Amino acid sequence: MPILIDDRTRVLVQNITGRQGMFHTLHMLECGTKVVAGVTPGKGGQKVEGVPVFDSIEEAVKMKKATASIIFVPAPFALDAAFEAITANLDPIVIITEHIPVHDSIKIVEYARQNDVHIVGPNTPGLMSPGMCKMGIMPNHIFSCGKIGVVSRSGTLTYEIASSLTQSRLGQSTAVGLGGDPVVGLSFTDVLAMFERDGQTKGIAMIGEIGGNAEERAAEFIRKNIKKPVVAYIAGRTAPPGKTMGHAGAVISGTSGTAQSKIEALKKAGVSTAELPGDLANLLMKKLRSKKL
Amino acid sequence: MKLYEYEAKEIFAKYGIPTQRGSVIGNVSELENEAIAYPAVLKAQVLVGGRGKAGGIAVVESKEQAVSEASRIFSLRIKGIPVRKILVVDSVDIEKEYYLSFTVDRSEKKIVCIASSSGGVDIEEVARTDSKKIIKTYVDSFRGFLPYHARQIAIDLGLGGDTIVQFASIATNLFRICDEYDCELAEINPLATTKKGFIAVDAKIIIDNNALFRHKSISASQSEEYTELERMANAAGLSYVELEGTVAVIGCGAGLVMASLDAVKKFGGEPANFCDVGGGATAENMRQALDIVSRKEGVKSVFCNIFGGITRCDDVARGIVEYNPVVPLSIRMMGTNEKEGIELLRKAGYPVFDNMNDAARNAVEMAR
Repeated sequence: MPILIDDRTRVLVQNITGRQGMFHTLHMLECGTKVVAGVTPGKGGQKVEGVPVFDSIEEAVKMKKATASIIFVPAPFALDAAFEAITANLDPIVIITEHIPVHDSIKIVEYARQNDVHIVGPNTPGLMSPGMCKMGIMPNHIFSCGKIGVVSRSGTLTYEIASSLTQSRLGQSTAVGLGGDPVVGLSFTDVLAMFERDGQTKGIAMIGEIGGNAEERAAEFIRKNIKKPVVAYIAGRTAPPGKTMGHAGAVISGTSGTAQSKIEALKKAGVSTAELPGDLANLLMKKLRSKKL
Repeated sequence: MKLYEYEAKEIFAKYGIPTQRGSVIGNVSELENEAIAYPAVLKAQVLVGGRGKAGGIAVVESKEQAVSEASRIFSLRIKGIPVRKILVVDSVDIEKEYYLSFTVDRSEKKIVCIASSSGGVDIEEVARTDSKKIIKTYVDSFRGFLPYHARQIAIDLGLGGDTIVQFASIATNLFRICDEYDCELAEINPLATTKKGFIAVDAKIIIDNNALFRHKSISASQSEEYTELERMANAAGLSYVELEGTVAVIGCGAGLVMASLDAVKKFGGEPANFCDVGGGATAENMRQALDIVSRKEGVKSVFCNIFGGITRCDDVARGIVEYNPVVPLSIRMMGTNEKEGIELLRKAGYPVFDNMNDAARNAVEMAR
């Protein structure tokens, strides 16, 4: 089985009637996801791609037994939307929205922690368990069901890696986009632990970038807890300090958060690191072969 | 968004955090209009760090000295930034310096209060060399930061008597500022003790750009941190950071662009910029991106790295063909609608690669 989402996940889409919500509902349905309900306050009774729209999550859960939520609500209203989903105990909750104030994200993550619910994102491409369920905005055609768990802070690099894993016939068990913001729900360590327990996952591809110390923490965690082969790519070796590189979380502050520090920590933990994203699939194949997996 | 020291101190005053009496001048002649008590301190108002080392701070004993020092400071460029304003404040007799701030802790996913009895120096340095001197207190989002938290910190700092209560008032008010202004950082360094009690000698506030919609009263005009091209790009909705090299880089998605810079470097080139057109980029976005990156002096080639997810390759290709840049292009294109995109580009005579390494190598060779 994959992690976090599978063919039993019943997905609710918050702000399903917005441009993004409609577009991605269609693509989630196309790859087999059970999108069972949408919520847009004031638009209850409508349908989007055949999916019924409700005014509140409470109604949607009662009528359609939704178990998980994906949020396309604009940043100023995202805190309210996430709290509504957490209160209804939906799990996981994937927050696609970009530009959410960091003080709001902190509150969302803390409220989710208190209610034992998994938050993915914000500012994430979402989750993909190929052939079963997608709660996200990634292109369907580059994924294929397989044995590699992918966990990443970057959207487009996830696509890049997923696509090369598909070409090399390794495929993916689940791909998890953690999100590009400074404060996000799931961290590398949470997802690594899930992949370690998951039977379908034989190897793990980890994609990090400059900023923060999540990769260093992951390295420490891998050294102690992960037996499956892990390979990593860290973006931003050439990034100058103090400049935000596109993602709000991708910034070197002072001397901390550099790619070099992350790469060193990972190497020490026995993780093979690729110099370029294109080398990751090959590294992984070598590792799997040497372990006869 | 960083605020100037004088702006941060205006907010401090509103929240009852004591600061020195002072005024802001925009030129030397304005010194005439201000009632200044000597000795006084002149402080250059710039958003970059290290102004003290660059000569941007001066203690003056008389009006004559104030005039000569002010004109010297106004002629400075601190890390390339001209000084447009000077804050003039009363000088104070400092007994001891402390450090106090509220900031976002990314790993704990909480607001953290950082306090230290080693103030007036770089706190990162203190954390590295003498981490026992750092007191960290995590803030519960729902309870907030309460006076009893602050009093405990005061006790741990070694304060006693009335100063415990004074410190608690300053710390809880600084937390209110952090909370109500959506701060990434609200910092007093140093927080000094004097005969008359505590005083915030310096003030630093950084507001989360994503929260500016809630703070309409704060003008977003502070762009001195950015270069001309960075400002143009921001206005066009592109993420753009200027670098030193000769190979311009454009891509969709922050991670992919960072990886593209790394690839340029790996094949012996130097990236000239970081330019992310974002997911769902249109032909117009691409046209603007090409226009901005090729304006930069010394750019000899452009590496376009497009992996179409939500972005459609044919849209991007149309933007490239319409703009028709003078600087040679090396294009990697894959993903949604790649066939259409590649055909458009090939017809217009552009070579297209399907993998990132080849396109990066080619861009580096073209820049030689």
